[in-house]
Amino acid sequence: MNNTGNINVNRRNFLRYTGLTGAALILGISKSNASGAAVVSNLSHAEESYNLSPFIIIEKSGKITIFNTKPEMGQGTFQSIPALIAEELELAPGQFTVVQTGGEKKFGDGQAAGGSYSVRSSYEMMRKVGASAREMLISAASRQWNVPVSECYAEFARVFHKPSGRSLGYGELVETASALEAPENPQLKDPKTFRMLGKSSRRPDVPLKVSGQAVFGIDVEVPGMVYASVERCHVFGAALTDFDASHALKVTGVEQVVPVERVFGNYKTTGVAVVAASYWAALKGRKALKVKWDYRGNDQFNSTDYSQYLRDLAQQEGITDVSTGDFDTAFASGQNKVEAFYETPFVAHATMEPMNCTAHWKEGNKLEIWASTQVPSDIINEIPAMFGLSADDVTLHTCFNGGGFGRRLALDFVIEAVNLSKTIKKPVKLIWTREDDMQMGPYRPPTFSALKGALSPDGRLTAFQHKVIAPTILSFLMPQQDKTKVDETMVEGISRQSYEIPNMKNSFVYADCPAPLLWWRSVTSSTLAFAHECFLDEMAHKAGKDPLNFRMEMLTKQSDTKRVLQKLREVSNWDAPLPEGKGRGIAQWDFFAGLAGEVVEVTRLSDNSVKIDKVYVVIDLGTVVNPDNVKAQMEGAVIMGITAAVKKGITFAGGKTEQSNFHDSPVLRITESPEVVVHILAEGGSTIKGVGEPGLPPVAPALANAIFDATGIRLRRMPFDLDDLKG
Amino acid sequence: MAKYALNINGKKVQLEAEPDTPMLWVIRDMVGLKGTKYGCGMALCGACTIHVNGQPVRSCSTTIDSIKKNDQITTIEGISDNLDHIVQQAWIEEQVPQCGYCQSGQIMSAVALLKAIPNPTDDDIDTYMTGNICRCGTYNRIRKAIHRAAAMQKGK
Repeated sequence: MNNTGNINVNRRNFLRYTGLTGAALILGISKSNASGAAVVSNLSHAEESYNLSPFIIIEKSGKITIFNTKPEMGQGTFQSIPALIAEELELAPGQFTVVQTGGEKKFGDGQAAGGSYSVRSSYEMMRKVGASAREMLISAASRQWNVPVSECYAEFARVFHKPSGRSLGYGELVETASALEAPENPQLKDPKTFRMLGKSSRRPDVPLKVSGQAVFGIDVEVPGMVYASVERCHVFGAALTDFDASHALKVTGVEQVVPVERVFGNYKTTGVAVVAASYWAALKGRKALKVKWDYRGNDQFNSTDYSQYLRDLAQQEGITDVSTGDFDTAFASGQNKVEAFYETPFVAHATMEPMNCTAHWKEGNKLEIWASTQVPSDIINEIPAMFGLSADDVTLHTCFNGGGFGRRLALDFVIEAVNLSKTIKKPVKLIWTREDDMQMGPYRPPTFSALKGALSPDGRLTAFQHKVIAPTILSFLMPQQDKTKVDETMVEGISRQSYEIPNMKNSFVYADCPAPLLWWRSVTSSTLAFAHECFLDEMAHKAGKDPLNFRMEMLTKQSDTKRVLQKLREVSNWDAPLPEGKGRGIAQWDFFAGLAGEVVEVTRLSDNSVKIDKVYVVIDLGTVVNPDNVKAQMEGAVIMGITAAVKKGITFAGGKTEQSNFHDSPVLRITESPEVVVHILAEGGSTIKGVGEPGLPPVAPALANAIFDATGIRLRRMPFDLDDLKG
Repeated sequence: MAKYALNINGKKVQLEAEPDTPMLWVIRDMVGLKGTKYGCGMALCGACTIHVNGQPVRSCSTTIDSIKKNDQITTIEGISDNLDHIVQQAWIEEQVPQCGYCQSGQIMSAVALLKAIPNPTDDDIDTYMTGNICRCGTYNRIRKAIHRAAAMQKGK
């Protein structure tokens, strides 16, 4: 009845993942139907199927492959995205194989992990793909048995005929199913019947990660591969003048020394690559290099002057972000007024896997890349154009990311490796040392905040202003950015909290910065929430009110924030007095990635030192896919947020980064890790919120507010030293 | 270059290397066992932890020349054949890893800890594991998994 055994030759590329030779049911998403919406399509016989994205392949042997377009960097997409399909397809974990996609055009432009966006952007569509496949397999069974569809159901990769108890495995049904049209509106499962979604599920990458078998970018090996390490100028914006490779070339194993360009947006720098038979030889060769740089006047950049520059900019009026009511009049006539200035540092992403990429520029101008990257689609969209290739000439293998946190949204380390392979015409693995990783940027930009507030006679916030002074990521990447308008990414959240404040005027002042800047987990919210939520704490104390009650008075209307704070009051036992010597603080933040609120409890050790006892987290999701993984993400975000609040970040002197490794830019260790109690609000609703980032912004302000509660020390500058607190 | 005969995970391996080559790169790029990770190169992060005669060692700061003839080297690949080491089992039960990059080192330290102190307290765990950094912040789960492994060890 069909010709499923006759796989079209043109589809070899399309099917390269599976080595498919026989009948198969292949379901994917075509770009759009007439109304412009993405639709599920049966690609089993499509002639032009390389333009379409297959998300499921079920083979006659029973083998089931699910494609995952969202890179795994620890946030759990290797489980959560395939689970959306597997749930609707009635598969148990272990009944399918997950394949990570490599940016291929046919899978669309959404092959990226960032913005806490993976699950919420996939939730409906991936379920629809799974449901379509399930309906087609059930339909195929009903035809084979000549029984009504209504008498059949699917469970654990089999279709059952209820009255007779007969059953067929999915593999036995694909030949029939592959000839059917994909249903236009498949029936999605009632969430009450979910086996996986909403239940804590084990992640399939965990066994690989406890046995050393998970392949990260740094683990890739290619036949004929050489290794490289690159000496780059430590002064940002310097140029390579000259280099002497004679000593480096005498090091055993060193093969070549060549210049290589790193490209990060408009920031282009040339370093000197030492290429060797082993990485150790490349490192030794690099130490033997003699390189001359032209600093081009950039060696004056230092943190002391830069902080003063940002403080001076605070005198400017700035560009208005949002203005409601009449702030100027309300503030002028207000009674109890507070003005405060908050400062935050540059920080490094410091992923445990340093930047690295393996690239092979082949004869005939074909390019193969292996990388830990958050953005396979960006690589396939940008690299071919940059190197004069077509997208079909470039093959990318997306590896497990040994941490991302935003750092692997950039392509600089990929471009550098491709440039090098193109020069030396060999496959090369270019690994950044930890020092390279920490000293070359990009970094999270600092934000400075000038805040003003005035209270009504009954202690309500009547006038509020948050002015942000910061260099911007976008203007670093694209200097042509229009600076007459607010950079929305740098005032993130300050004007969209649910607090009802009658007179508010928030603004932004642009600053320049010579050091490379990039998004860092929860982006500007990780610093702005500190200023914003600590300042509200200041206002609460000025009003003589409990900080949580003060916030609740500004939340008269029903809102997600209100629900989060109510839940936080309950789970943190906020209203129960703490023993002498202890303090607690609260903060919440609502931004592009989602919404969470946190309470931190501390113990005072002396007049100016504390230890962190416990952190309560309430995250608002609407719908949750894997609760245990959400919990893990909150635990991790709290640890990362505390690191950024209390550990020395990145500072500059002489145009260079002063820190180089974990001894002088430390991260939190197990000894400093407090208990974290997580509560997930998943009460349904149409909006699904993100998971990866929202746990981070409330940590620093809740901690600083707790420290004020315990010691009376008001902290307005991050980082602060828990052992030596200074107001 | 010098010739070396190593015992890694119960197998003899013969190779040639520069005497100052760290065991990290010997294990990863010459022997081909990629589970041992590079994190800092200065014995600060613990991602490269291996065992030499059962003792945890930072392989990034241990040269091949310092390895003695009969030294038994164990890497993450050598602690079990089928994920059946109690520490691996406990790590799976507690779903410890996030990105997973540091976890080989964490597990190698935890295995050594449980040999030295079969029933560790939280303080014992903190003291022993403080050399292993996890940027994803899985520390609380590491603590729980070590307690679980200790209980499993007792039950055996």
